Amino acid sequence: MTETQVGRSPFDPQRDNLFKKELVTLIPHLRAFARTLTGDPTAADDLAQDAMMKAWDARASFQLGTNMKAWTFMILRNQFYSEKRRSWRQSQLDQEAAERTLVAVDDPEAPVALDELRLSLGMLPAEQREALILVGAGGFAYEEAAEICGCAVGTVKSRVSRARRALQAILEAGAYDRDGRSAGDAMGSILADAERLSSLR
Amino acid sequence: MTSGRDTYGQRGRALRYFGVEDMIEHVPMEDHRKGAAALDEARLRQQAIGVKLRQMFDEVVNEAVPDEFLDILRKADKPAGEE
Repeated sequence: MTETQVGRSPFDPQRDNLFKKELVTLIPHLRAFARTLTGDPTAADDLAQDAMMKAWDARASFQLGTNMKAWTFMILRNQFYSEKRRSWRQSQLDQEAAERTLVAVDDPEAPVALDELRLSLGMLPAEQREALILVGAGGFAYEEAAEICGCAVGTVKSRVSRARRALQAILEAGAYDRDGRSAGDAMGSILADAERLSSLR
Repeated sequence: MTSGRDTYGQRGRALRYFGVEDMIEHVPMEDHRKGAAALDEARLRQQAIGVKLRQMFDEVVNEAVPDEFLDILRKADKPAGEE
């Protein structure tokens, strides 16, 4: 990300206004990304609000006209991992298991296939999950996802591809954590749903 | 791999163009057909997962933004002492 600030006073209400307008349009996307990282709607909104405020406080370092979505996603991601590191030190809890539980209790009313996809996503390593979400759902190019995650483009590509394969294997095996309920034919319902959705277009 | 569906059971038997690469690789036709059908099936499944992934993300994107977000931003806007 470029941090050049050309010919601008530290206090610029007009620029702040433009920045804020664009930031507001990104709130729904920040909430969605936060939800996939935390798996818990309340924790996700806290995270998204923190990220929004961090972005606002750092607005002077953002160059208008560049990719604000990628920039705010990077802030949100950094915030998430720094909080996660803190909580690791405090409680030593198995973060992956905790995430799975959080994902599992999320929205019992959700359609079965989506529910199963969420559970399966929760079983992927965090770096694979975020790469797949950014590229597969967030609409980011590999290059942008690499910038957000602070890694090489090739690393993102291999994480996405490994995530895709792992997700499919989990869904096909019905190996996701179901809290004692029997695993349904997740892959079958996902295929059927995708067919239905594409026929609506 | 269990699918519960038999999308490609018959299609795999359809006639395929026998290209130069088939002769060079010396791959038996039957294996080649199976490979192509499996590839199609895998692609279909990945596409379906992609559709659901976007649906899952977009569901949250399309939710109404809680007022809290805008309130926080509105307050942050004001210099200290103005509230």
